[in-house]
Amino acid sequence: MKPNDVILQSVTKVTVIIIFTFSVYLFLNGHHHPGGGFIGGLSTAAAIVLLFLAFDIEKVRENFQIDFKKLAALGVLIAIGTGFTGMLAGDPFLTQYFNDKNLPIFGKTELATALIFDTGVALAVIGTAVSIILSISEGDSLWKR
Amino acid sequence: MNNLLILPIAFPLFIGMLLIIFRKNIWLHRLLSPVACIFPGMVALILMNQIKDSGIQTLQLGGWQAPYGISLVADMFAAILLFVTSIVSLCCLLYAFHSIGKEREKYYFYPLILFLITGVNGAFLTGDLFNLYVFFEVFLVSSYVLITLGGTRNQLRESLKYIMINVISSAFFLVGVAYLYAVTGTLNFAHLSIRVAEAGQDGLITTISFLFLIVFSLKAGLFLFYWLPGSYSVPPGAIAAIFAALLTKVGIYAIFRMFTLIFYHQPQVTHMGIGILAALTMILGAMGAIGYRDLKKILTYNVIISVGFILIGLVAFTEQSLLGSIYYLIHDMIIKALVFLIGATIIGLTGTSKLKDMSGLIRTHPALGWMFFIAVLSMVGIPPLSGFLGKLYITKGAFAASYFWLGGFGLLASIFILYSLIKVFMDVFWGETVMSEDEEKGTTKGVMLPIVLLTGISLALGLGAEGIHEYVLIAAKGLLDPNQYIFAVLDKGGI
Repeated sequence: MKPNDVILQSVTKVTVIIIFTFSVYLFLNGHHHPGGGFIGGLSTAAAIVLLFLAFDIEKVRENFQIDFKKLAALGVLIAIGTGFTGMLAGDPFLTQYFNDKNLPIFGKTELATALIFDTGVALAVIGTAVSIILSISEGDSLWKR
Repeated sequence: MNNLLILPIAFPLFIGMLLIIFRKNIWLHRLLSPVACIFPGMVALILMNQIKDSGIQTLQLGGWQAPYGISLVADMFAAILLFVTSIVSLCCLLYAFHSIGKEREKYYFYPLILFLITGVNGAFLTGDLFNLYVFFEVFLVSSYVLITLGGTRNQLRESLKYIMINVISSAFFLVGVAYLYAVTGTLNFAHLSIRVAEAGQDGLITTISFLFLIVFSLKAGLFLFYWLPGSYSVPPGAIAAIFAALLTKVGIYAIFRMFTLIFYHQPQVTHMGIGILAALTMILGAMGAIGYRDLKKILTYNVIISVGFILIGLVAFTEQSLLGSIYYLIHDMIIKALVFLIGATIIGLTGTSKLKDMSGLIRTHPALGWMFFIAVLSMVGIPPLSGFLGKLYITKGAFAASYFWLGGFGLLASIFILYSLIKVFMDVFWGETVMSEDEEKGTTKGVMLPIVLLTGISLALGLGAEGIHEYVLIAAKGLLDPNQYIFAVLDKGGI
C-alpha cells in the first residue's frame, strides 16, 4: 500500500521556504547578534533533510544536483582562503577587515571579510550535515560498488 | 608575530580539501599529497633557524592578543618534531603509493592522511589547552576512518575498541580542561604556567594534572596501552607505520608539554608517578615483545617499550636526560616508521605474519634483511647508530638524578628489544629459503625507496648527531626553563 503523505508534502512545500528564509536571516544576523554561519548552515541543512523526508531522496537529488561532500570541502577552502588574505597584507592569519560603504539600495552597510569566512563555515556545515544523513540512509556498503 | 606558524596546519588541510573536490583524479592526489607533506617540513626548518637566532616564535591568530586569542607557539622542541613528522609522513606516503590499493585511494586515503598530519602539526604548535584538544580530535577522527577504511572483519573489531577508548579519553580530556579552567580561569599554556606558579600547585591542581596524565597516557600508550597492539596491527602497512611513528608521539609530546611547562612544581608526586608508569610500561611491553610469535605483535610491543623509555628523560628532569629524550624521540619516530614498513613488506612477501611460517628471506631479499638488521641495532642503541646518543643521555641523566632503578629498567628493556627483534631477524631472514621468488605473494618493487630513505636518514642521524646537537640543546633548555615560553607568548611576561 502506498503511504499517504499528502499532508506532509503540502506542509513541506510551504515550510521549506520559511526555513530557508529564516536560515538566511540567522546567517546574516550572526555578525553582531546570535546566529552565524554554523547555525544558519545547520538550519539550511534541516530544510534539505525535510525535503528528503517528504519527497524521496532520488527525486530531490534530481532537481538538486550538488555533491554535498564537495560542498563541504569548498566551504572549508573558502574559510581557510579568507584566513590567508590577512597574511597577504602582512597581518596575522585570520585577521578580519571591515569597512562602512554606501550601497545603492541598502544605504550605509558594513562590509566585513568575516562574512566570507562565515559563508565558508555555512557551506561546510550544510555539506557535512546532509552528507551524514545521506550516508545513513544508504543501506548497503558503498565499498562494494 | 610570525605567519609561518600557521602554514604547517593550514597547508595540508587546504590541499586535503582540494583533493576531496577533485576526488576522481588519483594522479593529482599522488602529486599534491607529497607536496603537502614536504612543505611543513621546510617551514619547520626555517622556524628552527629562526628560533635559534631570535627565540621562540609565536603567532596570535587574527591579532587577538594572548591569553584572550588563539596562540600558536613554536619552540625548538615543537619545531624539531614538526620536521621529523614531515619526513616520516612523506616516507609513509611513498610507501602507500605502491601498496595501498586503488580502492582505498578512491575512498579519500590521501586527504585523510593529510588531515591526520594537520592534526599532528596543530597539536605540536598550539599554545592553548583547548586547541590541543581540538587538534587531538582532528587527528583522531582521521585515524578512526583510516583504521576502518577497507571494512574487513578484523579492522572493524579492533576499530571499535580503538574508537571507544579514544572517545572515553577525549571525554576525560574535556573534563580535565573544565576543571583546570575552573581552578585557574585560563587555558593558554603560558598563562596557565604563570597562574599555577603563583597560586602554588596544591593537591587539587596535582589531582587535575593526574587526570591529564591518564588522558595522555591513553593516547601515548604509557601503561594504558591495552588497545594499542590490536589496533596498530589491523590496518595496512603504510597506515600502521604512520600511526606507530606519529600518534603515540603526540601523546608523549603533550605529556612533556604539560609536565615541563605547567605542572612542574611537585615532581616528587607527578614525575614519580610518571616514572612508575614508565617502568611498568617497559616491563609489560618487554613481556609482550618476547612473548608473541607474530611479527606485527612484536613490532607494536616495541612501540610500547620505547614510550616508557622516552619518559625516563622527563622523570629525571635534568638537561642531560631531556636532551636524551628529544634525541630518542626523533630517532624513535624515524625508526618505528622504518621497522613497520619493513614488517609490512615482509608480510606482503610471505602472506603471513606468523614467524614460524617464514624463513630464509635473506637469500632472495638481502637488502631488506640488512636494513632490518641496521634498524634493530639502532633501536638497541649500538654506538654509531641513531638510538645510541638518546639512550646514552637518558641513562646518564637518570643515573645522575639518582633514579638508578629507572635507568636500570631502561637498560634491561634494551636487552629485551634486542632479544625480541634478533629473534625476528633470525626466524625471518636466516634458515633455509622456503619460498622461491615465484611463490612470493607480493613484490618489493616500488616500496623499497621509502625504506632505503628512512634507513639513510636514521644512519645520518646517528653519524651526524653532532650537527643537530645545537638545536636539540636549545629544545632541552627550553623545556627546563618555562620562562622562555611565557615571555615569548605573553609580552614581557605581563598580561
